[in-house]
Amino acid sequence: MPGFKLTLGFTLFYLGLIVLIPLSAVFWKSSSLSWHEFWHTVTLPVAVASYRLTFGASFLAALVNAFFGFIVAWVLVRYEFLGKKLVDALVDLPFALPTAVAGITLATLYAKAGWIGQWLEPLGVKVANTQIGVFVALTFIGLPFIVRTVQPVLQELDPELEEAAASLGANRWQIFWRVILPMVLPALLTGFTLAFARALGEYGSVIFIAGNIPLKTQITPVVIMGELDMFNYAKATAIAVVMLIVSFLLLLGVNVLQWWTNRHNTTHLA
Amino acid sequence: MTPAATTLRTPAAAPVSPTQSRSEPPWVRRLLIGVALAFLSLFLFLPLVSVFTQAFAKGLGFYLHTISDPMAVSAIKLTFLAAGIAVPLNCVFGVCAAWVIAKFDFPGKNILLTLIDLPFSVSPVISGLIYVLVFGAQGWLGLYLNADHPALPWLAGWLNQHNFKIIFAVPGIVLATIFVTFPFVARELIPLMQAQGRTEEEAARVLGAGGWQTFWRVTLPNIKWGLLYGVILCNARAMGEFGAVSVVSGKIRGQTNTIPLHIEALYDDYNFTGAFAVASLLALLAVVTLALKTWVELKNASLQSVTDNS
Repeated sequence: MPGFKLTLGFTLFYLGLIVLIPLSAVFWKSSSLSWHEFWHTVTLPVAVASYRLTFGASFLAALVNAFFGFIVAWVLVRYEFLGKKLVDALVDLPFALPTAVAGITLATLYAKAGWIGQWLEPLGVKVANTQIGVFVALTFIGLPFIVRTVQPVLQELDPELEEAAASLGANRWQIFWRVILPMVLPALLTGFTLAFARALGEYGSVIFIAGNIPLKTQITPVVIMGELDMFNYAKATAIAVVMLIVSFLLLLGVNVLQWWTNRHNTTHLA
Repeated sequence: MTPAATTLRTPAAAPVSPTQSRSEPPWVRRLLIGVALAFLSLFLFLPLVSVFTQAFAKGLGFYLHTISDPMAVSAIKLTFLAAGIAVPLNCVFGVCAAWVIAKFDFPGKNILLTLIDLPFSVSPVISGLIYVLVFGAQGWLGLYLNADHPALPWLAGWLNQHNFKIIFAVPGIVLATIFVTFPFVARELIPLMQAQGRTEEEAARVLGAGGWQTFWRVTLPNIKWGLLYGVILCNARAMGEFGAVSVVSGKIRGQTNTIPLHIEALYDDYNFTGAFAVASLLALLAVVTLALKTWVELKNASLQSVTDNS
């Protein structure tokens, strides 16, 4: 087969030029700080409050998506209803809709006089400019991850397993809990991790609804942006390093999870 | 034995039909469909409808006025430029990377796969930041231009003379767009080409086709739908990128504002209807993207069933 040197060469060249060299600049810049300065920057109260909010809201949003996303995937695979094709296509909207558009739309919907906000206001629930707003935006952008990882696994489930369980007398709930869920669980976990990782770095859809109040509704990317606006590049980079390390660990987690699932499945078959 | 396992034996009297065993009672089905649709309406349908409703809140005249404003037109042009450079480059890269990964075996393949996915796991703000660190006034390029004795003095002199700028200028926007859309095409093509294997290409080679001939006549027709799929997704992200571009652009209206940045500028001016008018263009792009994507998927599925039957 021809073209090995050419394609490998170009792939490595382009990867290095666009991704690896620029990314290494982060570590170069943060090394201009002493360890003490670095630690001081990444543990500033504003930064710590932002980690707490970013992690908490991302985790909660991924959890809510895992629950509802599973139901959506289930309904799309197993039941027939009017407009199913349309709903299936619409699930990817958060991937296709630019984050700035999602941001101003959610901010307007959940504002005091907005379509949703006006119903929540009398109940005493404030979404815009609160931490709930951050959670709402992160739920929006994480939605497709769970559906799209769980859906194919549900589709490929062997009906014979459920029939066997049923003929042995298991009821529907037992079949779901003991036969279906264990097989879908790795995909659900992968989807959860992907949604969580995406939410951690999200910027555009959050900033309009969150109000970005320091110590209260500022997510970590907004803190980085604030330092950049003041030309504090070293500080911004230090906080970015913390985020990058967490993202890489999550990426590693997803890969290990997938590797484990593949191995698990093949040993099952053998 | 758990209690549940012991109860398994009792209801053997009524034999269960296969279809029954895979379905829930009607009320459960309706409940689940209801919950799914309610959740999707709240989080997907309502926002989509609201973009277009808000966009036309002040009538068609205001809408047309807003999107034909010189600032808006310049933002649209810049967005097309950035996507027009980023998408073809990432396309070439995607095909190259998929070719080398799918057709050859070499050590470090898994590491290469992980590295290609890297831009997806980096926050958009950090994606912009890394280019500021490389090309900004305080970054590598700035250090080079301000050095007393730079390497290649003619280059430094030429760059200084022409006031060459990447950050807070168009090249930075293009670079940031390339970075955030980097994996899209490669990611679609790699599994596809891995599944197709190399037998068809090997057959073409045996029959005397050259390397390029094999690629154009055998590989490309096989991957065209996957390629199109990747291009559609890559383009949608390229045109809609906000965080990364926002860091490197400097947001000079009429010069370095893309469509998403123009939306933010209008929104910050409390011109909400204007912001939604421009946003409706990108929402329309999203709807077209989803429609095209569904079309490609259907096309692909029907092709697959034809080859399966033959």
